[in-house]
Amino acid sequence: MNNAITIDGIAKKYILRHQMQKRASYSSLRDVMAETVQRWGKRVLHPLSSGRKTDLSSFQEDFWALKDVSFNIAEGERIGIIGRNGAGKSTLLKILSRITEPTEGEVTIQGRVASLLEVGTGFHPELTGRENIYLNGAILGMTKAEISRKFDEIVDFAGVERFLDTPVKRYSSGMHVRLAFAVAAHLEPEILLVDEVLAVGDAEFQKKCLGKMKDVGSEGRTVLLVSHNMTAMSSLCSKIVVLNNGAVDFIGPTDEGITRYLTSSGKGDTNICADLRNHYGAMLYSQLTKTEVLNERDEPATEFRMGDAVKFRISFTLTEDIPNLEVGFHLLSVIGTQCGHFIGEWEGMRLMFSQGEHSITCEIPHIHCFPGTYGISPWLKRRGGGADDQVDFAIEFSVVGSDLTGSNPDFDRYQFPGIYQKSNWRIER
Amino acid sequence: MRNGFSSSYKVIISPGRVEKNYWKDLWRYRELFFFLAWRDILVRYKQTAIGIAWSVIRPLLTMVAFTIIFGRLAKLPSEGVPYPIMVFAAMLPWQFFANSLSEASNSLIENEKMLTKVYFPRLVVPASSVIVGLLDFLISFVILALLMFWYGFMPGWRMFSIPLFLVLAFTASFGFGLWLAALNVKYRDFRYVVPFIVQFGLYISPVGFTSSIVPDKWRLLYSLNPMVGVIDGFRWAILRGNTQLYWPGFLLSSAITGVILISGFRYFRKTEKVLADII
Repeated sequence: MNNAITIDGIAKKYILRHQMQKRASYSSLRDVMAETVQRWGKRVLHPLSSGRKTDLSSFQEDFWALKDVSFNIAEGERIGIIGRNGAGKSTLLKILSRITEPTEGEVTIQGRVASLLEVGTGFHPELTGRENIYLNGAILGMTKAEISRKFDEIVDFAGVERFLDTPVKRYSSGMHVRLAFAVAAHLEPEILLVDEVLAVGDAEFQKKCLGKMKDVGSEGRTVLLVSHNMTAMSSLCSKIVVLNNGAVDFIGPTDEGITRYLTSSGKGDTNICADLRNHYGAMLYSQLTKTEVLNERDEPATEFRMGDAVKFRISFTLTEDIPNLEVGFHLLSVIGTQCGHFIGEWEGMRLMFSQGEHSITCEIPHIHCFPGTYGISPWLKRRGGGADDQVDFAIEFSVVGSDLTGSNPDFDRYQFPGIYQKSNWRIER
Repeated sequence: MRNGFSSSYKVIISPGRVEKNYWKDLWRYRELFFFLAWRDILVRYKQTAIGIAWSVIRPLLTMVAFTIIFGRLAKLPSEGVPYPIMVFAAMLPWQFFANSLSEASNSLIENEKMLTKVYFPRLVVPASSVIVGLLDFLISFVILALLMFWYGFMPGWRMFSIPLFLVLAFTASFGFGLWLAALNVKYRDFRYVVPFIVQFGLYISPVGFTSSIVPDKWRLLYSLNPMVGVIDGFRWAILRGNTQLYWPGFLLSSAITGVILISGFRYFRKTEKVLADII
């Protein structure tokens, strides 16, 4: 069997600028000129100090998003790539779809590629549905004849017949997504690269998408899929690649890969707070024993989309009856800043706790953390007293962006920790 | 069935690789080029209140202002041609240049989302925005025809050379457009430079006056401005036998235009490789 994609020692380096944190990746000519003048000034004043690059390199740091990644994908294979946020999945996909160049290594691709890194790329709000189908199709690499041939099928799949001549800006977010996916689903490349597009639309539509993806796979096309949706992964993919910190951690059968990812990612699905070094407080009458992060079906999970339900189960033992016990936790960003506080009593949980083992679940119906990794530090105390037991970073979980606002926000682009708050914007002038 | 087809399309991705497929890709994405131009035209007229009228009013008012200032007040010579027609013959290429330059220089940044999500030869983006300028050109051309009819000024056989000079105007706009589009991605303050170039260029190019008023010894130096060649060419083509083309200057202008296009293309290609990382 031929290889559709041969990846040989791919690496990608980004340069992080520390001094100019406020600055974006592009620069302004003014800054460049100022820097140059500064450097020259230094050289004139200190002609003996060699290397004009030294002062520049001190605030630059290399960051390897991918390191020596090699694997092959055979023709007709359906490969899933999984890994935590920042593992290099998207970078790999961007290199394969030729959006960015690798720093090292070589990739050979045999066949026509279509990449779907986002649904609805290039959709213009002012244009009608009909116009956008043609535009989006062309952007994805279809010819006009191809689009015309499939036009009815696309419209049918999206279910937007009645709104074909309405500007897309008047569409509901659901319609918008359906139309966008419908165009993408009717691409007929030999190799399809897909990034997380299954995470859109309502459940019924997701099912439809999944079915369509399966069809694509069974037609003998090569599919490379990045997703956090393990259910989709296991039903679609024949092979899994696990990326960890920019390197290939595992490559092999789907079930094995998923298990490996779930067990290796994070600090496990549940965290038993046995390590006494992490406990703060006197622990006179209480001890935290276990912290779990669960999804809405009460299954252990490590990754959530913005707006998902998250449940925290905190287990502890008490050595005596405590009539006024307060249970709560801080929500911490990955660097330890406190982003939120949750206390049972605020929500009306006032119970007498007897001596023995207890388990409390706190559900956040819609988690609104910005994409990133977060941890919680649960604590126990008597009302009015200091914390008797507290464990910092008892458990980690991560949040990925979603269409929370219905305006296709690209939350994943902004890696700042914190809580999203709804805001209303209007133009005054 | 697919095997035979896939072997026909092979891509090798590696750092700094000279793309052998680039021209092939440009051809493959030719339809996207038209779609983008079509989108820009559609959007432009969907969002504006007076729509297409704007393309008529702008050159017309500029022409009136120039005729009054240079023709009436400064009493500059017009080589026996009605002053408005003389001005408008230059307005044609100048407006085309100014519009496409502004559009092209912003094109990459405006399509940022697309550029970071899908691959296609990025050259398509500034190229299609220059095409939008062509639409305005055609509208202006109709106005010129009406104007000439009004003054009873009949064009001669040279009229047929206009496409040739249009190609030259296109080359100049596209060349500068490529430079500025790429520079704009790297250094965002080029956003402020472009309007200045357009405004300043209007004064140093022979739009409101003929280049024949420039003293002969300075004429060649004046032709270093690539738009001088383009505008003189248009005047020569439209204004019948009254205007003579200053050949050394015209050739110099054209040569510089060529250099700008080639260097612009190279710089654009260089930026294109790192585009998604820096935009």
